[in-house]
Amino acid sequence: MSTAESNSGLTPTEHAHIEMLSRHYENKRSACVEVLKYVQTRYKFVADHHLSEIANLLAMSRTELESVATYYNLIFRQQVGAHVILLCDSVSCWIMGRDKLCAHLRQHLGIEPGETTPDGAYTLLPIVCLGHCDHAPAMLLDDELHGDLDIKRLDELLPLPTEPRL
Amino acid sequence: METPLTQNIRPGQPPLGIEDYMKAGGYRAAHKALTTMSPADIINLISQSKLRGRGGAGFPTGAKWSLIPTAELPPTTHYLIANADEMEPGTFKDRFLLEGDPHQLIEAIIITAYAIQAHISYIFLRGEYHMAQRRLQQAIMEAAAKSYLGTDILHSGFNLSIHVHTSGGRYICGEETALLSALEGKRAVPRAKPPFPQISGLWGKPTIVNNVETLSNIPHIINNGANWFSNLGLGEDGGTKLYGASGHVRRPGIWELPMGTSLRDIIEIHAGGMKDGYELRAVLPGGASTSFLTPEHLDVAMNYASVEKLGSRLGTGAVIALDQKTCPVGMIRNLEHFFAQESCGWCTPCRDGLPWVEHLLTSIESGEGEEEDLEILQQHLGLLGMGRTFCAHAPGAMAPLASGLKYFRADFERHIHEKHCPWSEK
Ligand SMILES: Cc1cc2nc3c(=O)[nH]c(=O)nc-3n(C[C@H](O)[C@H](O)[C@H](O)COP(=O)(O)O)c2cc1C
Ligand code: SF4
Ligand code: FES
Repeated sequence: MSTAESNSGLTPTEHAHIEMLSRHYENKRSACVEVLKYVQTRYKFVADHHLSEIANLLAMSRTELESVATYYNLIFRQQVGAHVILLCDSVSCWIMGRDKLCAHLRQHLGIEPGETTPDGAYTLLPIVCLGHCDHAPAMLLDDELHGDLDIKRLDELLPLPTEPRL
Repeated sequence: METPLTQNIRPGQPPLGIEDYMKAGGYRAAHKALTTMSPADIINLISQSKLRGRGGAGFPTGAKWSLIPTAELPPTTHYLIANADEMEPGTFKDRFLLEGDPHQLIEAIIITAYAIQAHISYIFLRGEYHMAQRRLQQAIMEAAAKSYLGTDILHSGFNLSIHVHTSGGRYICGEETALLSALEGKRAVPRAKPPFPQISGLWGKPTIVNNVETLSNIPHIINNGANWFSNLGLGEDGGTKLYGASGHVRRPGIWELPMGTSLRDIIEIHAGGMKDGYELRAVLPGGASTSFLTPEHLDVAMNYASVEKLGSRLGTGAVIALDQKTCPVGMIRNLEHFFAQESCGWCTPCRDGLPWVEHLLTSIESGEGEEEDLEILQQHLGLLGMGRTFCAHAPGAMAPLASGLKYFRADFERHIHEKHCPWSEK
């Protein structure tokens, strides 16, 4: 069952964790980015029904929370793939040839930046400077930072869906 | 040559745990500060050291701290925020410190929080810095287990807790007032100043925001004194500085060097010069929002005043090298794409102006530009300049564009006249 179709709410454990996060701040709503990100680590993205539930828990309006959620590069309001590729598109990586790598990935994965492969394996997104400029070009693959990338290295890190996966 | 900030850092290896950090002299400064110095003593010492903020603006740290109100009745909560939102393209110094020596930052926060009487501190961390997050959290746990955090720290009566806040990822969150909005769970839009955060900051309470590198200096100044710190620098500005270099240099990297080291030494000695076949055409001396310098400026001392004299800024000290095989128009287009995307959208000149600038640069780069586009770009330098926008984001975006139009005018014109990018033939 894909999470996109599931309408079930957050679990009691998740509620408890959210409660714990909101204790770090002077008021509940201030925890909203951390809470959105926590829910995202559990479900890969923030679904509409989860957004409503979080808004309730943090005593915010749904619209207010949506305005925060959509503001940030790292909060996903749509289903993403099993692995998210964040390929740096900032200046040092650009000088060191990130456009060629991006072209290769588009061909290799058959998707444009912003899209997910049809089998749900990968989502390809651009990201701003990852602070790894001395090892440009760089990318984040899920939580893992990789530098000194070239086409060969990308192919190793991103096996095609038919091949055994990471 | 002393390298206090990076002395414990062994690249590629995990950072020192608390035991080893203490064996290396760690937490001595915290002991000294909390048990033998008053908050005012510490603020005076930091003022004497002339430490200036390493977040990009170079604001004197002691002067910033002195603005925190003391002895309010009834007592008010104060906050300390370590700005670890590093996102300035080309910059990788704070990540180096966070991953390499997290206890150094924790110790710095303990001392600083005591000096400004803050009992809660947030480390505002870039969401992409996953390893830094794990290492900071580990260090905080270790420090708490040794009672360096919590209540009545070192029997001084001082209480402190530190929270790591991981951001959702927007460049503007690094601007200190936008950071406050972000921490309050709002869209990260900057705030009007005054009131300054020192008076009315997080949740309306007195708040100090300092960069990670700035804070990391504090324990060393406590241990070694203000004169020691001043003498580390080569000129007016004291201390060491983390300088970085990226682009087609032979050895891209990061080095802790005396403040005021020349740009030439950074590029030619530390970065090993340009790679074979590459020549240096220009550099951004301190990240994406600084103005280009050219090879004739290489002897500049990389301190605040000297770089400013050349019309640029020291910024973050992250040098980005432009070589002759890379199209300057393409590079500036890349930079303006970043600034347009990362505009918070609050004020019209920036929200509407930056995408327009990016659009013009894209058309020039692809050979569809016209002579008058250069005029329009030129006009934007004024429309988005200092004082025309709500925060420094848009003026920062104009720095590489203004200097680029000056130094690479002929390259812009070639794109327009030849109706294609001369670098795209390769
Ligand atoms: C658009 C913009 C982005 C900024 N990003 C950062 C940042 O990522 N990290 C940082 O320390 N300072 C950043 N600053 C500077 C902060 O506003 C602030 O001056 C700094 O954190 C103060 O610390 P310092 O006095 O220790 O330098 C940014 C400023 C602007 C205008
Ligand atoms: S200058 Fe740009 S980033 Fe700053 S407030 Fe205006 S729109 Fe936002
Ligand atoms: S520009 Fe890509 S990591 Fe810094």
